[in-house]
Parts: sequence; structure tokens; C-alpha cells
Amino acid sequence: MADLVSHPDEVKVVSRRFGLGAANLDRYLELDGYKAVQKALAMQSADIIEEVKKSNLRGRGGAGFPTGLKWSFVPKESAKPKYVLCNGDESEPGTCKDRLIFEHDPHAVIEGAVIAGLAVGARKAYIYVRGEYRYLSLIMQKAIADAYGRGFLGKNIFGSGIDFDVFWHGGAGAYEVGEESALMESLEGKRGIPRIRPPFPAVVGLWGGPTVINNVETLASVPHIMLGGGEWFANLGTPRNGGTRLFCLSGHMNRCGVYELPLGYNLKKMIYEVGGGITGGRSLKAVVPGGSSTPLFRADEIDVAMDFDSVAKAGSMLGSGGVTAIDDQTCMVKFALRIIKFYQHESCGWCIPCREGTDWIKKSLTRFHAGGGLRKDIDDVKYLAQNMLGRTFCPLGDAAAMPIISIVDKFRDEFEAHLEGRPCPHAKEGDAANALLPMLAH
Amino acid sequence: MRFSDAFEARFTEMLTHYPTKRSVLVPTLLFAQDEVGYVSEDVIAELATRLELTTLDVRNVMSYYSMLVTKPRGKYNVQVCTNIACTLKGGDELLSHCAKRLGIGHKGTTADGQFSLEEVECIGACSWAPAIQVNYDFHENLDVPKMDAVLDGYAKK
Ligand SMILES: Cc1cc2nc3c(=O)[nH]c(=O)nc-3n(C[C@H](O)[C@H](O)[C@H](O)COP(=O)(O)O)c2cc1C
Ligand code: FES
Repeated sequence: MADLVSHPDEVKVVSRRFGLGAANLDRYLELDGYKAVQKALAMQSADIIEEVKKSNLRGRGGAGFPTGLKWSFVPKESAKPKYVLCNGDESEPGTCKDRLIFEHDPHAVIEGAVIAGLAVGARKAYIYVRGEYRYLSLIMQKAIADAYGRGFLGKNIFGSGIDFDVFWHGGAGAYEVGEESALMESLEGKRGIPRIRPPFPAVVGLWGGPTVINNVETLASVPHIMLGGGEWFANLGTPRNGGTRLFCLSGHMNRCGVYELPLGYNLKKMIYEVGGGITGGRSLKAVVPGGSSTPLFRADEIDVAMDFDSVAKAGSMLGSGGVTAIDDQTCMVKFALRIIKFYQHESCGWCIPCREGTDWIKKSLTRFHAGGGLRKDIDDVKYLAQNMLGRTFCPLGDAAAMPIISIVDKFRDEFEAHLEGRPCPHAKEGDAANALLPMLAH
Repeated sequence: MRFSDAFEARFTEMLTHYPTKRSVLVPTLLFAQDEVGYVSEDVIAELATRLELTTLDVRNVMSYYSMLVTKPRGKYNVQVCTNIACTLKGGDELLSHCAKRLGIGHKGTTADGQFSLEEVECIGACSWAPAIQVNYDFHENLDVPKMDAVLDGYAKK
């Protein structure tokens, strides 16, 4: 459905089969499908983990945790069954890549989940697909059924003597369910309220059993690592940041789309060359580098290598791969308001700093943008956000606070331009204050 | 309560996927809603019985998920994303255009029961913004004329 794009700088690993009809099992087999899992079946589980460690693969869901290390935390012996859980809740604003993987290469997700299971000693995997992605859940269900049909799943897979089951699961609309512990609650048929950690899911997860939770793109990378080798994958990226990733270019760029680029690719180049620069001949004001929860960069801060460590060093996060460019005609107060409105809506309400903090900031910014702001509100908004950081039950509170703090810090002049009842300098006719006030009712 | 054969087949199969019955609850509520139009009192009672839960428990879970509703809505639920990528590309204009054209606001339904309107959070179409979903179908890279064409298409269906 969604259009595919390409650029000469792309290095296609995870997206190698996009557009080639690989959702069809025979086609997938022609394109090296299910070879990686057979290779893994012939390996010791410790050696699979070693290979993934060598690849420097880090989680593509947002936090960038080293995948091999995560797998190594799963205890060898466990009285309760172990599980693999694939996180396909994809709902971090700015992120639209797992969707393409589900659509174009669903068997790679299955294969990655089985290999993860072999590595940690799990014999069941669940693939959670967000409720809005109905057509993708149907593609996934068919892929799973086809794999069972050939004996790639189920009893005695590939004649190995090992039984392995893969099931799909569906959500029904909730960003918070993408948080790993809330994801498990949702799969168990409950409200998506996060769990306290420790214990971490690798030790106590689904139904109390050790559980490996990985993003769709992370798992879809694994078969390529098994076939190409950990070293090959590691060398595609930068030290400690192996491989490529799917960057979702959105916002005011001429050639938005999902591009697979090596980790460490320069952000400025990504925006001006891959993304084709800013639309309408306007100039760039800011960039969201890794989904709406990451601190923003100003236009003069984007000479950054896009890998986990370099972006962290520059004060933000590589996050989920959503790169959103914002032009000079955009009101950053309104943008901050839109971000906090999202997190306020999605806060599960379980812990007070997140529930009250997001609501309070939303109300302040709504009033502020509508012209009712006081100078002290600027610092109050930042103070509220700072007091959420690290004080919430799960990282949703941090996700809400980080972009807000960065916008207040980096675009303070725009807040000041709204003071003393002045209308928003960027407002178009008919949308200023009146259009915004109903937001309070949501 | 009677659901379709496809629903029943899926339900029976899904129960075998998990160690606990209630694990099927969230996806099953959505499939039930697809058949009935909303999560009715009957649906809640039926699923509670089948999964050995209290109706309160089912209600409690249901109220958490934004796609599940307890009242009927239009045949076509127009969901306009106004999150970051879409707002930068005109998502708000699309939303106000739909509101004007359909004469309804957020979560409203037209008198003839054809359309509902909803402002939604990111639907995973950011690189193809602004985007909407009508029921489960995506429509991407929209502007006001294209939006009109989409709505015309559904109105004729
Ligand atoms: C509020 C919140 C939402 C999240 N949403 C997602 C999501 O939609 N998809 C995802 O893969 N990870 C999401 N994560 C990250 C997961 O908690 C988890 O770190 C990830 O799935 C682990 O997989 P990885 O190591 O392969 O990245 C979210 C985290 C938070 C705090
Ligand atoms: S922001 Fe609209 S689809 Fe992601």
C-alpha cells in the first residue's frame, strides 16, 4: 500500500525483499528465505547469541539495547515456559517502518522470532500487531499459516526434532501498549498498565516465564545476521552500532519515505540529499531525530552521525527511526502542544507524575498558544517536565518530558513572542486561538 | 449471541494459542465490534461468560483501548491523524474540512448513520502524511481535493 522509495546511498538489508513479493512463501524461499533458521538449528544456542553479540545489533524499538546481551539475560533453566514476544505495536509518532516489514517481508519476522527462540530456549513466539494494522495482521496470519503448512513451524521443524509455535496477536488502540511490560499485560488480556521492574521480562515475563521482547525490525535483522555473519553486519555501521536501519523521513522534506541507511549516516545529508531538502524553498528550523519522544535538534545542530551513541552524545536519542523535519513557518509552541496532547491522551493514568504532568503541561500550553500565557508559564512548563523525568512508573513520562524540555530550551524566543495576548505569529487565518480552545475538551 | 462462522473459527483457534483463556480478550473484542458495530452489552456479557470473567473485568479492559467503543457509529469511521508528521502536512486542515463537509465534530456521527469522524493519533503513515484511515483502510498523501474524492467514494458505496 504505502509507496516505496529508494536512494543510491541506501544499503538494503532489512528492506532487501521489499517490493519483491516475499509475503508469498515460495517467493521468500527463492530469496534465501528460511535458510537462516536452518543454519541456526544446526548451532548451539550460545553460539547464536555470540553471533548476534558480534553483530552489534541494537534494539530498533527505541531504547537501542544490545540484542545479544538482552538474549543472554534469559536464564538457561526455567521451571516456567520461555517466550519470544515481537513488538509490532508501532505507534511512536513519526514511525512507520514496521508496517513495511510486515507488508513486504512477514516471513523474515517469523524467522527472526524462531531464531531468537532457539537462542534463548523458548519454543513459542507471539507477534503482536497493533489493532489499526488490520491488513498487516491478515498478511501475518497468512504467512504463519503458510509456514505451518510446509512444516517450518509446528512439530519437528525442518526435521530437527524441535517443536516451535508462532502465533499472531492483535491490539485495539493504545500507544502505551508498545512499552514492553504493558505489551505483556495486553497480551495476557488486561489493561496495558506497565509492570514494576525488576524483575525484567527476560527473567519474569509472559505468564511469569522468561520472555525476550524485541521490535519487528530487530527480529527481521536477525536472519540476515545469521546468513551474512555478525562481523559483516557490525561493519555496516559504526563501532558498537551495527548494521543499517529504516529511517522514516517525514515532515517538510521533498522526498519523504522510508530509507534504509547505515547507522552513522549524517543527519544533515539525510535531510538535504536523501530527503531532498525542505519543501517550498523554505529553510529548516528543527528536526525530531527519532520519533516524537526524542529531544529536538535546531537546524544548526544536525551535523550528527545517526547512530545510537553519537545522537546521545549530541543530546538526543536515535529512538525509533522517525526523522521529522520542521520548516521555518512552523510555530514551535503549537508543535510542543501537539506533542504533549498526544502523551496526555496516551498516558495510562497509573502513576501520578505522568498523568498529572502531561495534563498540566497540555493545559498550560493550550492557554499559552491561545494568547493567555504569562512569562512564568515558560519556566513552569519546563519545571513540570523536568519533574516527570525519571519519576514515572514507565518511560512514557520521560518520552513526554524530553521533547518539551528541548523545545522550551531551544525555542524560548517563540514562547516569548506569544506573551501579552499577542496572537501566534505563525497562525493562519481562522486557526489561532479559537481553533485551539476546544482541545481542552478532549 | 451469534457471531459469524469466521469469528467462531478464529475464536476457537486462538484459545489454543495461550495458557490462559482471557489472553484472547483484546483482539476478540475488536473482532466482535467489527461484526456488531460497537461493543454492546450483549457482547460484553457473552465474552465474559466464554472467558470466565466478570462483566466488570471485560468493561475494565475494554475501556483502556481507544479503538473500542460502546455506542454505534457511522458505517464509515473517518479517522484523521493530526499527530506531528500529519499536522506539519495539513492534517488539521483535513480534519476541519471533514468536520465542515460532514457537519459533525470529533467522535460525531452523521444523521444518516453513514459517516463518523474522529481525530486520531499517529497511524503509522508518517512518511505518507497527511494520512487517514476509513475503518481499516489507509488513504495517504492527501490534500483537500483528494480527501473529497475519498469521501465521495465512500458516499457512493
Ligand atoms: C511508551 C512506550 C512506547 C513504546 N512503543 C514501542 C513500540 O511501539 N514498538 C517497539 O518496538 N517498542 C516500543 N517501545 C520500546 C519497548 O518498551 C521495548 O524497549 C522494545 O520493544 C524492545 O525491543 P528492541 O530491544 O528490539 O528495541 C516503547 C516504549 C515506551 C516507553
Ligand atoms: S503522524 Fe500521522 S501517521 Fe504518523
